[in-house]
Formats: sequence, structure tokens, C-alpha cells
Amino acid sequence: MAQMTMIQAITNALQTELKNDEDVLVFGEDVGQNGGVFRATEGLQEEFGEERVFDTPLAESGIIGMAVGMSTQGVRPVPEIQFFGFVFEAMDAVSGQAARFRYRSGGRWHAPITIRSPFGGGVHTPELHADSLEGLFAQQPGLKVVIPSGPYDAKGLLIQSIRDNDPVIFLEHMKLYRSFREEVPEEEYTLELGKAETKREGKDITLIAYGAMVHAALKAAEELEEENIQAEVIDLRTIAPIDVDTIIESVKKTSRAVVIQEAQRKAGIAASIVSEIQERAILHLEAPVLRVTAPDTVYPFSEAEEIWLPNHKDIVEKAKESINF
Amino acid sequence: MEEHFPMKKIMDDQGNLIDSSYANDIDEDLVKKLYYHMSRIRLFDRKAISLQRQGRIGTYPPFEGQEASQVGSALALDTDDWLFPTYRDHGAMLTFGSEMTRTFLYWNGRAEGCVPPEGKNIFPAAVPIATQIPHAVGAAWAEKRKGTKNIAIAYFGDGATSEGDFHEGLNFASVFQTPTILFNQNNGYAISVPIEKQMHSKTIAQKGLAYDIPSVRIDGNDVFAVYFETKKAVERARAGEGPSLIEAVTWRTGAHTTADDPSKYRPVGQGDNVVHPIERLENYMKNNDFWDETWIAKMEAELTQEVESALEAMEEYPPAKPEDLFDHVFTNPPSQLVEQKESYLDLIGRE
Repeated sequence: MAQMTMIQAITNALQTELKNDEDVLVFGEDVGQNGGVFRATEGLQEEFGEERVFDTPLAESGIIGMAVGMSTQGVRPVPEIQFFGFVFEAMDAVSGQAARFRYRSGGRWHAPITIRSPFGGGVHTPELHADSLEGLFAQQPGLKVVIPSGPYDAKGLLIQSIRDNDPVIFLEHMKLYRSFREEVPEEEYTLELGKAETKREGKDITLIAYGAMVHAALKAAEELEEENIQAEVIDLRTIAPIDVDTIIESVKKTSRAVVIQEAQRKAGIAASIVSEIQERAILHLEAPVLRVTAPDTVYPFSEAEEIWLPNHKDIVEKAKESINF
Repeated sequence: MEEHFPMKKIMDDQGNLIDSSYANDIDEDLVKKLYYHMSRIRLFDRKAISLQRQGRIGTYPPFEGQEASQVGSALALDTDDWLFPTYRDHGAMLTFGSEMTRTFLYWNGRAEGCVPPEGKNIFPAAVPIATQIPHAVGAAWAEKRKGTKNIAIAYFGDGATSEGDFHEGLNFASVFQTPTILFNQNNGYAISVPIEKQMHSKTIAQKGLAYDIPSVRIDGNDVFAVYFETKKAVERARAGEGPSLIEAVTWRTGAHTTADDPSKYRPVGQGDNVVHPIERLENYMKNNDFWDETWIAKMEAELTQEVESALEAMEEYPPAKPEDLFDHVFTNPPSQLVEQKESYLDLIGRE
């Protein structure tokens, strides 16, 4: 076992799969000699050669479009979109093509592409670097969307994503890249996609989160404990598909829930989870299911991001609102 | 720029060879093969328009006038090559090996229409514009990596050259030197927008210059020019010499689709002087004693039979099964999709 940051765990996962499978190819802007703008691919070109880890021209649609074409022949492309805010350039290639390739070809072909990309607020990036755009992709049939909350999960989920035969959007929250270390086994292991993890058990309320918000929820749970409120914290890990069973099981136990997302409020993952809960467990509820989200405004210039981003205090407040309903 | 990219022709409108260097390469077998396929796809095209008018298939984009471009290029490929068509290239697809029944099915709104025969590398037709160009580059890249000699051809129109994916695709093909043929059919109009409003440049071939891609402008209604220039590009690609751009200048005789009326956006008389590419080949055949009435009559009877049987098979095709909607979204559908499938089937009543 080694102590790794999330970025190290990601590099380790890429290295593991490059070793395991000749058909895994890693490419994108600056991922070659430079090792990626966050060093996620550091040393990989040196170890596996330019044939398998390489720089592409600066064109997101071209990168993902090429990955779709490569998928016709057993290649397992792992392209990087340098910052997820740039993914709009590649929307057709992702949602119009990769996601529906299996359907359009009647199952003849599929696109086992894993698109890695950094996103998320709180690290004072320039504009269009930090947006939480996962909802756009979670809505697209044919795509899986994975968002790890730490190093251990990142490695196991990334290996599984690369091995998955369907296209996966693998989103790496920038604030988590180097914020803490965790025990991560050197050897390979996988975590099933579509399975949530209960990070903390509690009987009074369920806090449902993913990505960096898992840590805000855990911090909120600690504060709530001081007031004798036992919060259960669920880390979704995959937001498409969502592990509804784990959520419903927990809500049936606690009768209350707050769903937390860093993304803006409307048409989001949290809204979708609220619907699932009320459809499946309404008679178990003691209070409306509440949400903690960013407001429905454009992701702000970084001087305002701290007030814009949801935080643990917002979660504590909403949890109490639910308890006191 | 036009003088740098003169329009290459091998025969004129009257069917006379104007480039005698090809005289030995053109034999009766080749001529009959070209004529057969051009006649075949025209028959399909005309039938499809008539079926749409009768309400027996959906909206349909005709390709009449572009038979030489589609047949000449598709016949220049080998069986294991890759074809990345648009929605107007089913003539090329049929020539390369799509099943006619499935082609009818596609235009009747059936997903089965996208599925090529087993082992045939025909990508589902691109519906947005130019998106297939990076795909073709990716497929060619993968073939090159495997060390095969297979190449990929991407079809696209004049309007596609305005799209970002055209430029990204050409640049990727150039940077990675992939065995890709970029086959443009410049038919003068993108739906209703004429080429003068699409680009200020005089040719499409010149756009290859910026990417150092060998480019040629050809008469796309001259099936010999299309066939031999595509062959050259294919041979270069197989020899590891990278991509080529071909601008085949042609003419769409009809509407963009059965849903529009070209008299609304085309000046009266425009295109009247264009000799139909099939008539042009007929002229050549008559000039060279390849015109054999008995063979023609037999061929036409066979083709009519083929089109009628394909149509019959399309109309007798088993109705679409609702479960098909759910079965190819993921390798293994997630539980919520399984649940949706079950409730959907319950709702509509199981067979």
C-alpha cells in the first residue's frame, strides 16, 4: 500500500491499464511529453511510447471524433479533454456519436471510450474551467458518468471505466487532485460502476452527494453530530447510472434526505434523485427531500466562487430544516 | 487558385476520351461494371422518390446526378476498406455492399437500415455535417496501427467544408498521416445555399493545400476521372503516403430532400446544360461499340427485379419490436433501464 493523492492514483490507474491492454491508448492536448497540465499522464509516454500515449492537435471535436473512429477496431481510447469547460466543442462527438454508436449500428459496434477531464470549483481557475457539466451527459442515453471523491475510488473506478465497453465520462474534481492522500493499493483492483458507497452511517437523515461535495457532506455530518443528529452520507461515485437502491434503502431508514450537488439547481442530478425518492419512498418520508446546490447563474469569475459554491454550512442548515420540518 | 486546381477530365460530355493515357486501362468489363452500378443506384433513387410520394417511405434525399461520383469512388475501394458516408451517399453504400432492403428500411425510419452486412465496414450514415471526417481519420489511424493496408474514405458535400470538423479532420489526417481519402462531392448547393455563399474560395481542392494534403479537382460527372483519381489516392494511402483530398464537381439534379422545392432557390435553367453522368457514359459506350442492347435490356430487367424484391422485403419486414429500443443502449442495461423497459412493455401490452 502507498499513500497517494488522487492525481497519483489516476496516473497509476492509466499505467495499470496501459500495461494490461495493448489496445488502450491515451491521447489529448499536452498529455505526451508534458504529462498533462495536471501531470495526470506524467511519465506514461516515456514508459509506453509515442504510439500509445500522444499529443493531438488542439481540437476537442477532432479528439473525440477520432476516438469514435478508432473504436471500430477494438481500440480502447482514453482521450483527455483538458478542462471540462471545453467539452462544448466536442458535444456532437460525445453525445451525437459515441453515445449512440451501439444503438445506431444495431449492436455491431460500440465505443469503449473513457473521456477523462478535470472540472470543479474552488481552485481559482480562469473562466470555463470549473463548471459542473455532468448533468448534460448524465441525460444522454448510452453514456456513463463517473465522479470519484478521492484517490482510492479514482483508481478502482478509472480502471473499471477503461474496461467498460460503453463510453464513460470520467470527471476529476480539481480541488481533490492534491488536497489529501489516501492508502491506495499498488496492485490493480476495480470498483463497480453504478454502485454508491455509504461513507458514514446514521439514523436521522441521509445526505447524498458526489465528487467534492462528499467531503462537504462529511464535514456537515460531523457538525450535526455535535447536535446529536446522526447523518448517513452516501457517495454516489457514479451519477449515470445512479444507484437508486442504496439511496432508497437509506431513506427508508432515516426518513429524511438532503441531496447535494456543486452544479446549478435546475434540471440537475439532485432533482432527479429527489424524484426517485418521492416515487419510491414517499410513505417513509417525514419531510420534503431538500437540495443544496449552486444558484442558477453562470459559474462566476473566481473572486466570487467561494460565495457561489455550496458548502458544509449550507448542508447543515438544510439538514436542520428537514429535521425541524 | 482555379489555375492551380484545373478540373481533371478523362472524357467529355459526348463520351470522347480526352486523355488518351487511360485508353488501355478502360476495357469493356470496367465500362459495363460502372454502367451497371450507376444504372442500379439511379433506379433505386427514382423508386425511393416515388415511394416517398406514395407515403410508403419517409423523407428521402435523392442523389440523382451524382451517380458517377458515388459509383466511381466506391468501386475504387477494396472489400476490407472503410466507408464513412453521409445521408446522401447511399448510392456509394449500395455499390460498396449495403443491402438494398436495409437501405429502404433506413429511409423508412428503421434502425436496421444502419446495419451493414456482416464484415462490411460501412459506418452508419452521418446526419450532422462533417462529423464523419474525424471518424474516418480515427478508423484509418487504427488500421495503420494494426499494420493493415486498409484505408478509410469519408464522403462529404460542399457545405461540410464550412464546418469545424472538416478542418479538424483534415488537420488530424495530415498530422497523423492516416490512410484517409477525403472525398468531396461539390454539387453546388447545401440545401438552398449556393457555393458562392458558402465560401469565397474558388475551389474546395485548394483547402487541402493548407494541410499539405495532396488535392485534386475532378469532373465528378466523369465516372472515369472519379474512378481513376480515387484509385490513385487509395494506392497512395495504402503505400503509407497519407491522406488525399478529392473535389468531385457534380450536380444534384433534384431537391435536397423530398421535403423541399429547388425552384424556390435555384435560378430557372441552372443545371440544364449538365449532361447526366449516365448519359455521358452511354455516349462513350456507343462511341466504342460497347453498347449492347441485349445486355442493357437484360440488365434493366434484372435491376428492376432486384429493386422490386428489395422493396417487397422491406414492406414485409417484421414490425419493429419495442424492446429493440432498449437493447443496444448499453452492453448491460442498468437496473433503471431494465425497469423502464419492463413498464414500457407492460404499458403497450406484450405480444
